[in-house]
Amino acid sequence: MEEINALFHGFAVALTPFNMMLMFLGITLGVIIGVLPGLGGANGIAILLPLTFTMPPTSAIIMLSCIYWGALFGGAITSVLFNIPGEPWSVATTFDGYPMAQQGRAGEALTAAFTSSFVGAFVAVVMITFLAPLVARFALEFGPPEFFSVYFLTFCSFVGMGKGSPFKIITAMMLGFALAAVGMDTVTGQLRLNFGWTELMRGFDFLVAVIGLFGIGEILLSMEEGLSFQGRTAKIDPKIVFATWKKLPRYWMTSVRSCLIGCWMGITPGGATPASFMSYGVAKRMSRDGHKFGTGVLEGVVAPETAAHAAGTSALLPMLSLGIPGSPTAAVLLGGLLIWGLQPGPLLFVEKADFVWGLIASMYLGNIAGLIVVLTCVPLFAAILRVPFSIIAPVIVVICAIGAYTVHNAMLDIWFMLLFGVIGYVFKKLDYPMAPMVLALVLGDRAEDSFRQAMLISQGDVRVFFSNWLVGAIMTLGLIMLVWPVVSEFLARRRTPVLT
Amino acid sequence: MSHDTHPEGTDDPAVGTLTMELAVAALLFTFGAAVAISSFSLGARWGDDGPQAGYFPFYIGVIICICSLVTFVQGIAGKLGGNRPFVDKGPLRQVMSVLVPAAVYVLLIQLIGIYVASAVYITFFMIWLGHYSWLKSISLGVGVSVFAFLMFEIWFQVPLYKGSLFDPLSFLGY
Repeated sequence: MEEINALFHGFAVALTPFNMMLMFLGITLGVIIGVLPGLGGANGIAILLPLTFTMPPTSAIIMLSCIYWGALFGGAITSVLFNIPGEPWSVATTFDGYPMAQQGRAGEALTAAFTSSFVGAFVAVVMITFLAPLVARFALEFGPPEFFSVYFLTFCSFVGMGKGSPFKIITAMMLGFALAAVGMDTVTGQLRLNFGWTELMRGFDFLVAVIGLFGIGEILLSMEEGLSFQGRTAKIDPKIVFATWKKLPRYWMTSVRSCLIGCWMGITPGGATPASFMSYGVAKRMSRDGHKFGTGVLEGVVAPETAAHAAGTSALLPMLSLGIPGSPTAAVLLGGLLIWGLQPGPLLFVEKADFVWGLIASMYLGNIAGLIVVLTCVPLFAAILRVPFSIIAPVIVVICAIGAYTVHNAMLDIWFMLLFGVIGYVFKKLDYPMAPMVLALVLGDRAEDSFRQAMLISQGDVRVFFSNWLVGAIMTLGLIMLVWPVVSEFLARRRTPVLT
Repeated sequence: MSHDTHPEGTDDPAVGTLTMELAVAALLFTFGAAVAISSFSLGARWGDDGPQAGYFPFYIGVIICICSLVTFVQGIAGKLGGNRPFVDKGPLRQVMSVLVPAAVYVLLIQLIGIYVASAVYITFFMIWLGHYSWLKSISLGVGVSVFAFLMFEIWFQVPLYKGSLFDPLSFLGY
């Protein structure tokens, strides 16, 4: 149990007044960053990195990781209140979180989101504490075929027998893939689908599309009812937090499952975004209320948030133990470590135990502090919805425009955001589902890259995806999830022949 | 809330759903065709070491074409429902009253930069649609703009777009 000793030593390091102050400061900054779409966790940490050069490395990493936490929490706020995901991994939270806000249950949704985030992150930190070396070895097994299989699995778990025309679902998904393909092909360096327009070399960023589709599109849709945001009936009642907490234990199974999905996706660098989508898809399949997902079901908020935060936290593990960052933010933190002269890897645990365990201890503390900070502000956040529409709508558009611009420093992205807004409006009304399109846009490039890299390694042999037990198992799981709805419907029909 | 309005002119369709379905399907077909043709010229075969750059986009484009064609045919054959109103004139006017200023706003950003454009946009929106007083609108518009300026230019050091025509804030030296 030397890990527990080391952990307590780490707590001693972390619990100095200076470090505690940095913790709260970091969380506040992080929440602000997470709320502003476009100023993502990775950007925020990168920008604030120079601030920390004057601090001792332990304090610096504590503050930075708290900024990271704050950003993780903050992304959920705008997702629930305005249907604008502040971070890519908050997109799945909008599916049920925003309908809940529209029904006047914003406080409930926010509490559920924050609490689930806390649980997910906490489980991941515990895992980091005790399983670091084991997990590190596992992460090394991953090559391009394994990465592709993980993306394949994410996709299969999310694609289901949706309502509505299957042709529209496929069209939406393919549209997402097509948009993801625009730009420079990373394997050959050729320019694809840019029709001779050099501005399109950057391709379509997922965040710009999402801000337009979800944010602007939603504003346009609400305008049909007149100048009002339906969420006005959100109650500003601190008791909401406790009332929601009473409801949450019912979903412990979803929580456990999402934690597992999240931890796994964080370690095997899939990332928090695919983790949130996969968790949502799986929860929708396996829950009793699965068919109600999308209308404002509490479980639909618990699943993606738990997974996203578990993944975001466990992404730090391959970074610390192997020097392999599991997410863009972990990559920036890695940069910080190197600047301070700390070499990540197995020796970090031995040579700089103070630092590592101080960091891990601060993860526990930061998580708790973060939860306290955001929960006390839940009624305040929910009250934002009461601001009159004619004030808040233009402010949201301004924030969206800034967010869209900061992704690539490109004015054109703001125009694209507007275009996606119109597309979102039209598609929503014509029942073209946006979730598959967004998922394809996120994963399309990465999945295709890992597929083609795997092909390069295997020299064009598709059987590489079943070449070892790990990748074969994941691919099989994906295929099962893909055909499961068809099979289960078939079985259900066979079981009740008299009713036809 | 005294600043809400509800639209008159509901139950007065501006465009039918079927019309929109067919139009969107046609547009998607065109897009899919463009994707497929563009990818084909890049090389859409399965080479020695895996698919060529245009392989996946080509088939994606083809699938889009097929699916939108099916949707189009379904629409004509009446399987997509009749020509229910897609949007009525009243609500459409409401939507346009947000969309058009937003488009003008983006144009303004292009021309004079994001800070001044944002101040103008918020002020205008509050006065025109919210019927707030000049004072309130201008102070909020300028306030948000100043706050954004402080946060992005000065604190986070993330430069935002200053306009391609001229920069009204160039005197500030950022």
